[in-house]
Formats: sequence, C-alpha cells, structure tokens
Amino acid sequence: MIDKDMHTQHISQQFNSELDDIKTRMLEMGGLVERQVADAITAATTGDSGLAEKVLKGDSKVNTMEVAIDKECALILARRQPAASDLRMVLAISRALNDLERMGDEAKKIADHALGMMEAGDPPRAVAELRHIGTRVIAMVRDALDAFARLDVEQAVQVAREDKSVDLEYGTALRTLVTYMMEDPRSISSVLHVMWGLRSLERVGDHARNLAEHVIYLVRGMDVRHVPADDLEARLGDRR
Amino acid sequence: MATDTSKTHAMDISQLTRTAARHDLEQEDVCLQVDQLSLFYGAKQALFDVSMTIPRQRVTAFIGPSGCGKSTLLRSFNRMNDLVDGCRIEGQILLHGGNIYDRRVDVAALRRQVGMVFQKPNPFPKSIFENVAYGLRIQGINKKRVLDEVVERSLRQAALWDEVKDRLHDSALGLSGGQQQRLVIARTIAVEPEVVLLDEPASALDPISTLKIEELIHELKSKYTIVIVTHNMQQAARVSDYTAFMYMGKLIEFDSTDKLFTNPAQKQTEDYITGRYG
Repeated sequence: MIDKDMHTQHISQQFNSELDDIKTRMLEMGGLVERQVADAITAATTGDSGLAEKVLKGDSKVNTMEVAIDKECALILARRQPAASDLRMVLAISRALNDLERMGDEAKKIADHALGMMEAGDPPRAVAELRHIGTRVIAMVRDALDAFARLDVEQAVQVAREDKSVDLEYGTALRTLVTYMMEDPRSISSVLHVMWGLRSLERVGDHARNLAEHVIYLVRGMDVRHVPADDLEARLGDRR
Repeated sequence: MATDTSKTHAMDISQLTRTAARHDLEQEDVCLQVDQLSLFYGAKQALFDVSMTIPRQRVTAFIGPSGCGKSTLLRSFNRMNDLVDGCRIEGQILLHGGNIYDRRVDVAALRRQVGMVFQKPNPFPKSIFENVAYGLRIQGINKKRVLDEVVERSLRQAALWDEVKDRLHDSALGLSGGQQQRLVIARTIAVEPEVVLLDEPASALDPISTLKIEELIHELKSKYTIVIVTHNMQQAARVSDYTAFMYMGKLIEFDSTDKLFTNPAQKQTEDYITGRYG
C-alpha cells in the first residue's frame, strides 16, 4: 500500500521529478481527453459543426501526448529499474495512456457522427439520450482521473460501479432509439448516428473503468481487471 | 458443447502464471530452518530473534543496507562466525532437523555440506586442476581417474570447462576475475555440498562476468540449495526465488521474490527497494 506523497521521497531527486513529471503529464492528457469528449457531445447536441471540427483536429494532440509520455515511461524503466510502488506507478501510467488515447478516438468518432447528424437535417429528439449518458460518462472520466491524482481507491471503486449502471442505461437508451426509428422511419439515418455516438460513449465509460482499475493496481498492487464491479469491494476488503 | 461460462470467468489465474506453483513457501521442502536466532559480537547484538526457513533447491536472496546482518546470518549457516572472537549465538539453525550448533557437530564436515563463496575470488596459488581437486585431496581421495572425473564435472557445472579444458595445469591466478569466481564455485561444488552460500559473489566483477555468474546460479539450483547475499537489488530480483529483507539485525520481510519486488507488505521493505529515505 502506498501513501500520497510517496513519490516525493526518493533519495534520488531526479527520480522524484521524473515520476512526478509523467504523472502530471498523464493527468494533463486526461484533462484534454475529458474536454474532447465533452466538446464532442456538445457539438452533437447543439449542432455546432465548428466545435465538431475542433474535436477532430484536437485528437492529434492527444496522440502526440500519448507517444511522448509513453516514451518517458520506457526511459524510466530502462534507467531506474523501478520496483514495488514505483514500478506499479510507471505501469499504471503507461496503461492509462493507452486508455486515454482510446477515449480520444471515441471522442473523434462522436464528433464525426455529430457532423453526420447535421448533414441529415435537424437534430433528432434522440439526442437527449446522448446528452444524458454523456454527462454521466464525463463525470466518470473526471472521477477516474481524480482518483488517480489522489490515489483514492474508494473513488475508483465508485467509477467501476458507475460503469455498470451506465451500461444498463445504454441498453435502455438503445431500446428507446429503436422505438423512435419504428415510429418515424425517415429519422433512421440520423438516429443511427446517435446510436453510434452512444456506443462510443459507452466505450469511453469502459475506458474510465479501466483507469479506475489502474488506480487500484497502483495503490493496492491487486490486478482487478475482469473482476465484476459487484465483487470489487469484497476482493479489496480481503486484503484490508 | 455446453460449458459453464461463469466457471471460465472464475478460472484461477495461477494456472497461467509460470512461477506461481514454485513460489509458495508453504509447499517447499525445508533445507535450513532458522529458529529464533540471536547473535552477539561481544556486547553488540547483530541478529535479533530471526526465524525463517530456507527452501531446498531454491535460490534465496538476502538484501538490506550495510550492517543489517545479512552477511552475519549467511555466515552462521556454516559457522563461519565461530572464527570471530566473542561471537555468541542463541537459538538454533537446523539442517535436516539437526542443530548445526550442537556441540557434537564436526564443523569441517558441516562446511563440506554447506559450502561458501566470497566476494573476492580466492583461488589457491595452484593449478586450475588442483584448485578444484583440493577438497577431494584433503579428504584423502587421490585416484587420478576419480579426480579427473570430478574436476571435469565440477568445471562443467560451473560453466568454466570450455574455457579452461586446454590449460588445466596452468596457474589459477592467470584467470580473469570472473573465471576465478567460477573456479571457486567449481571448487565449492566439487565436494558435492547441499547448500552453497554466496556472499556478494558478483560485486567485484564486470557486467558480463556478473551475468555469467547469475546464469550459473540459475543452473546450480537444480542440484543445490543456494543462499545469496547481494547489494544489487536487481540481481536479487533476477536470480532468486525467495527474498529476505533485513534491517538492523531483524528479518523484516521474507516472501517470494515476485511478491517482494512488486508489492511488498512492509513499508520498510518498500522504502528500501525503491530507494527512499529509511
């Protein structure tokens, strides 16, 4: 188990600042990805094509950050041969980069579908689903990053639980969209865009859950990938 | 085919983990058992109530800062500390159930059973052959055929044979440091000990020789129980199955190396292996 300022106590000041640096930059990247997702949803729900274009352009920045920070992680592994919590920190950050980059890709897809919706005409009423689930998913991403910054296992568990609830809501939303399409077949193409957007949001939620799992690995040294959300607390409780 | 998916989901990850089966102390054969061992140099106590088991045919590493007692503990396994004036021990060390500190124990015989290699290679100023044959000769074995066989086998086990087979009768002092250290290991295993104690065996060697020694340790554990003291934590992580972290004469944590280096239970261990202020 580790405490919050663990990464400032190395004999090597240089090592302290290297670890601090990759963590800070990963969280910065997280902030950027969170904004990309939020902007993509706003673009879709308000029909703002300029904002959608901005999201599409912004993705390359996310990709660049991923490559740059991951390179730093590799250098730290090579130079310092970190052990224990330091090793877990570098691994967790490297894995988190991967998830953040994928979230960025999903944001880009949502922006694409936003543009598709705009081409199809007026925003369909189905967009309300996108706004609703979007708000929850963005909160998940923020909470997961927060948990990472504060090494907060409780909050990470919350995110995993929220993911399960969002998945359920996603299923409900899909059924609603199907009724819309049956009611008004002319809306099918635009509702399909909403559907794909929802699908992307659900994926963002999954990646937020992955981030939360990385936090648990980092703090507790337990690999909880593929552990159902309901079993998480019991599993963590065992070692408390 | 009907399969229960929930079972697949709950599959035990240990089935997939290469090292999982090997690294459970509970399931190991015990070679040495240390039982509430305290050791004093005169008035100064160097070991405090150490209890642990050294598993058979595994590599066990001792790590810890200078003066933590790891070498003292290692040396107590073949009673090298007997040579230090004013050294006194409490508690016991059992080798196959027999206390090695029992008064009836023949220390020379014990040291044949528990061999030791030091930091600086210490070949005798004799030929390569005679260095390896030395242990047998002092046991009164002088038959050429036996000696030839043992020397070759020991040098092969020590991964030195190919490098020296054409100059067995040259002086051992002409070998490089790394070769000398492997020669000393060959000399140690020529008498077929059960346990090989290595006290910083690679710290005076260059990186390539170090790797050769590490490779050798890996080979040797199929026949011998190895206990190694090292300052190089990455080396402990690479070569050992189990690691003991010692601090100020106390055994702080003893666990499988995989566990100790990825998720130690004690904060002191964590601080040490990650290079933090103690």
